[in-house]
Amino acid sequence: MIELVKSILPAPSKVSALVRALRSFALLRESGVGMVGAGLVLFWVIVALFAPVIAPFEPNAQLLPMAKPGTAFPGGATFWLGADQLGRDILSRIIWGSRTVLFFAPLATLCAYTVGIIMGLAAGYYRGKLDEFLSFVANAILSFPVLVLYVLVISTIGPSGINIVIAITFASAPGIMRIVRGLVLDLRNRDYVAAAQTRGESSWYIMLVEILPNARGPLIVDACLRLGYVVITIGVLGFLGLGLPPPDPDWGGMVNFARPLAIVFPHMTVFPCIAISSLILGFNLLADGLREISLRD
Amino acid sequence: MLFFVIRRFGNMALIMVLVSLAVFLLLELTPGSVATKVLGPYSSEEQRRLWLEAHGYMEPLWTRYGSWLVNFVQGEFGQSIRFKVPVSDVLWPRLWNTTILGFWTFAIMIPVSLTLGVLAGMREGGLLDRAISQISVITTSIPEFASAVLFSSIFVFGLKWLPGTSTMSDGFDPLQLLLPVMVLVVYDFGYVTRMTRASMAEVMTTPYIRTAVLKGLPYRRVILRHALRNALIAPFTIIMLQINWLLSGVIVVEFAFAYKGFGALLLEAALNQDIYVIEACAMVAVFVAAATQTLADIGYTYLNPRIRFK
Amino acid sequence: MSQNAIPPVLEIDNLGISYFTRAGEIPAVKDFSLSLGAGESVGLVGESGCGKSTVAMGIMRYLGSNGAIVGGAIRFKGRDMNELNEAELRQIRGSEIAMIYQEPMAALNPSLTIATQLIEVSMTHEGIGEAEAHARAIQVLADVNLPDAERIMAAYPHQLSGGQQQRVVVCMALLSNPSLLLLDEPTTALDVTVEAGLVRLIAGLSEKYGTALLYISHNLGLITDTCDRVCVMYSGESVEEGTVNEVFNAPRHPYTHGLFGCIPLPTADKNARPLMPIQGQLPLPHERPPGCNFGPRCDHFGAGRCDGDEIAMQAVSNSGSAHRARCLRWHEINWDLDIAVETEREEIPVGDVVLAVDGMQKYYAVHDRSIGAWISGKGVRYVKANEALDFRARKGETVAIVGESGCGKSTFAKVLVGLEASTGGKVRFDGDEIGQTSVHDRTSEQIGSLQMIFQNPDETLNPSLTIGSQIGRVIRKFGVEVEPDKIRERVLRLLDTVKLPRDFIHRRPRQLSGGQKQRVGIARAFAGNPSLVVADEPVSALDVSVQAAVTELLMDIQREHGTTLLFISHDLSAVRYLADRVVVMYLGRVMERGSTDKVFSPPYHPYTEALLSAVPIADPNIEKREIILEGNPPSVIDQPPGCPFQTRCPRKLGPLCETEAPPSRDAGDGHVIACHMELTGLRQVEHVIRFSNGNGVAGKE
Ligand code: SF4
Ligand code: SF4
Repeated sequence: MIELVKSILPAPSKVSALVRALRSFALLRESGVGMVGAGLVLFWVIVALFAPVIAPFEPNAQLLPMAKPGTAFPGGATFWLGADQLGRDILSRIIWGSRTVLFFAPLATLCAYTVGIIMGLAAGYYRGKLDEFLSFVANAILSFPVLVLYVLVISTIGPSGINIVIAITFASAPGIMRIVRGLVLDLRNRDYVAAAQTRGESSWYIMLVEILPNARGPLIVDACLRLGYVVITIGVLGFLGLGLPPPDPDWGGMVNFARPLAIVFPHMTVFPCIAISSLILGFNLLADGLREISLRD
Repeated sequence: MLFFVIRRFGNMALIMVLVSLAVFLLLELTPGSVATKVLGPYSSEEQRRLWLEAHGYMEPLWTRYGSWLVNFVQGEFGQSIRFKVPVSDVLWPRLWNTTILGFWTFAIMIPVSLTLGVLAGMREGGLLDRAISQISVITTSIPEFASAVLFSSIFVFGLKWLPGTSTMSDGFDPLQLLLPVMVLVVYDFGYVTRMTRASMAEVMTTPYIRTAVLKGLPYRRVILRHALRNALIAPFTIIMLQINWLLSGVIVVEFAFAYKGFGALLLEAALNQDIYVIEACAMVAVFVAAATQTLADIGYTYLNPRIRFK
Repeated sequence: MSQNAIPPVLEIDNLGISYFTRAGEIPAVKDFSLSLGAGESVGLVGESGCGKSTVAMGIMRYLGSNGAIVGGAIRFKGRDMNELNEAELRQIRGSEIAMIYQEPMAALNPSLTIATQLIEVSMTHEGIGEAEAHARAIQVLADVNLPDAERIMAAYPHQLSGGQQQRVVVCMALLSNPSLLLLDEPTTALDVTVEAGLVRLIAGLSEKYGTALLYISHNLGLITDTCDRVCVMYSGESVEEGTVNEVFNAPRHPYTHGLFGCIPLPTADKNARPLMPIQGQLPLPHERPPGCNFGPRCDHFGAGRCDGDEIAMQAVSNSGSAHRARCLRWHEINWDLDIAVETEREEIPVGDVVLAVDGMQKYYAVHDRSIGAWISGKGVRYVKANEALDFRARKGETVAIVGESGCGKSTFAKVLVGLEASTGGKVRFDGDEIGQTSVHDRTSEQIGSLQMIFQNPDETLNPSLTIGSQIGRVIRKFGVEVEPDKIRERVLRLLDTVKLPRDFIHRRPRQLSGGQKQRVGIARAFAGNPSLVVADEPVSALDVSVQAAVTELLMDIQREHGTTLLFISHDLSAVRYLADRVVVMYLGRVMERGSTDKVFSPPYHPYTEALLSAVPIADPNIEKREIILEGNPPSVIDQPPGCPFQTRCPRKLGPLCETEAPPSRDAGDGHVIACHMELTGLRQVEHVIRFSNGNGVAGKE
């Protein structure tokens, strides 16, 4: 095992992995849409990081019910986007809500990827019965409409951050497995894999060192798209009342909460919708940009 | 081919059994909560126990599952706890409503997205391509609930053109169908468009298109006869899979517009742990998924002579 | 050759074609001129990236959205192609100028029947009805030797073999009786025996239809066989042109001259005529040197002259012929002297048997899950990839396994290195049985001493790891060295051995050229001090001028280490050049084996004879006896009974060959031929290859 770990860690080379990662990120400059996407995502990341500094109010403070956008609060600050029926500032809740999304979405994606990659590597590399079994399980899960799955699982095990992560992992890992499996089936026929086999390398060495790193291009693009999709899922669950338990701010939940009054006070629902759409757009454009670059060289 | 279809349906039956079992087991995780849902949070421990016993919940899991399975196979779906009527009485009308919704969504989405996709893919990198691609990224980035909110605030609250809910309480009203269909189409057409575009663009760079052009064929013939047939194979599969996706989409849309369809039913049943309704809905979902998948595969084989004549 | 009498079909004047990319303008073709008369055939040769295909696409004016003609003119029958509008172009394309492509499978639309794809040509260009177009297509199909035309017409492309597909493409091109036919590497994707038939067919048809041919190829031999005149291209420019005889017999540009030093001929071996590689590699289009593009690789480079202004084509013959070259110093170079510098090499002494293969057999089970197979009970069938393989390889020896695609040579390599297990017979390596020992059950010593070199330079190295770490891994794995410093030291020495700069240790494969990657592959194979190296087509994916250098390197290292080399190849010239002994395979079975001299001279096995005849040879002074094989090799799944070669054998004896497997006849000195024909009969067969003066040259007698 130590042998394996040692071989995965890159041999000391002059250019560190970090520098190379940054360098490939710099390539993104060449793609217009990619830059817009990266900008949107970065914007929300910064907002989430500095939420306590930026937000004008406490997100859960009940101050001025149904304030219209632009109303000034006696204390001095302004409800730029208005307040909800409990008098909580919409802008502050959107700002704090970005923390929720940007914590759970990457976490859920990461978990799904870990599971999906392991399954996909094993299925694509060993093929045979194991592949048949894993593919059957994946098909069974995928044949079920995703949202139906989420609704069933979450409504039973109860809405909470960790449960959402579990549900998303369960529902997305099969899709990731399929992609990884397809890539592995292609890459395992390369001569360098045959070279590794002919010197008697272990299967996991071949999968992790010879195959996986060369599948990273399509996987990174897919991860970006999937992040966007997970954001949608978290939003939808909130909208259906299955998101994070109140009162902590969550974009989908805000829309759900204010829906009965939307006819009179559209601002309560419209702004969170714009926030979530812009973040998703960011991920989608970023994926487009990355794909464009990866096709170039 | 027959063999293939039989295998597929065998597979589907297996998946249905597994899924139904999984649903039973899932609800078993929170024993007794169904009684709380029915009797309310202030019911006494004793009341709940009696209710559970009266409704057969004290039987062991396997007995309950076995009898459900036997009944289900005979077409007897059980009694809904929430609606207090046989499951089929609520399921079929709801399913019909959703079919209407789905039909119109597809009737609009397919022609629009195929046309746009082909136009964009014909000249990759052209102005039209970039415009169509950008529009479709933006629309796929707006989740259904967000576009429901945005469209409502424009067409219902702002312009006051359309009704805000689609309960159809006074009989079928096409106007009430407009917003739900719009929301579904807007979210989904971008994906199909992009897939069609990618497929078309790929075909346009193949050597056989070059052959066709260098044979001196008119451009129309190159596109219609040589490119389209190959370019539409991939989108066909994707469209079939979108039917499956639609079952997810309708949950949100029906909830947002209070439309009495399958999605709303499923959501309600799930929130109330109405197990027989959930089971019936799950079976419908798996059936639709497997059937469309099989259709997609058969169609794919038909469209692709390389597989058809092996 | 009085071309001035009739106006040429095609005239290209100082053509310039560029591609416009984000990095700016990239000139793909510069200052290119050519003229082609009616019925004439001209060859355009050059290595990949020299711009030869761009010229063809330029003639068709099909350069994609980012390519454009930036200078000069292409005149087709006097009309400037660049001034035609779309409609006029369409009338010319496919009717007056037609094209044949490299990959026939890709060039045909997979979802339309052959009929649809053929008749639309006549219908579009001649405005005739469907029935008439159909009749015409059938008639031309017969011309391209595709009998059973109705069945072909109803088929989809994937239902035809590669040779048939290419014949369909030829038919498509000839349908409207073009006056100019462009052939872009028309046979590169095909097996040699299939190629030979097609080449003959095209030559015959162009004569019959009076079509002018522009033959584009990287294969000098093919051009010799097919063309009247030739134009050699290098890095976007033509560097030499003239008749095939002039250019190939008396090249007057150092590049052309060098190319001939790089290609092995089936008339000479490594000890008589070592290859003389051209140093360096092709410059990238945006990194071309000033002055002569070939300058950095030229032995006669004159500083201050060759790197100055652009160099023009100039006449290099006093007799007033059209032989021209783009070299300033052509008259200063002593061309004859250069060829004479030949170092005779000593033969390496041959040692003990390292590898002994006896009756080796490898079957694959194929499971047919269709309902028909299920009913008839033929659910499992066997693919006989290797059957009764017998041969020996000794220390320091080079044994070549030669055959066309599907002959089972790669399967055998897999069994040797332990990726597959044999299903019968014995494979002994250094005395140990390894045929059924998978690589995981071999000792690391065994693994290290039996290594492999792979075919495809772009796949042989892991793109994510540095060169150093990939070679280092092998050294550590086989326990040659353990300490990091020593490993590094050894990696550096290996880089020296394969003549790569030491700083490549930090590079990634993406930054290397194809030839450099193959060198790293060789270094990796030799890292564990192997006693046997299996090289599976190690140079066939490389450019000709690079091939020679890599081949020589491989042989030098082999000689130094006394390694046994198992060279797997489809290229008879290369085999003739470097092998000591040869095994000829067909459909998984050995047809003939023996020392190289014996195999390349009579008595031949009928298959070897046909193979030899099919190899194009880049020497106009050589004549070959023409043996054209009909049809395609049968699929390995449905092998014919009796002799595997009986479906195509021109010497077939009748029912005997169809029913009984042929015996192995020993012609002496380990030269074995598997054929029903008596040796006496086979001995009467003449040499396939001979000089024009009548001497058989293929073997020392
Ligand atoms: S011009 Fe100079 S560098 Fe170029 S080929 Fe001639 S001698 Fe060599
Ligand atoms: S055995 Fe018969 S068919 Fe086979 S090679 Fe000899 S003569 Fe030809």
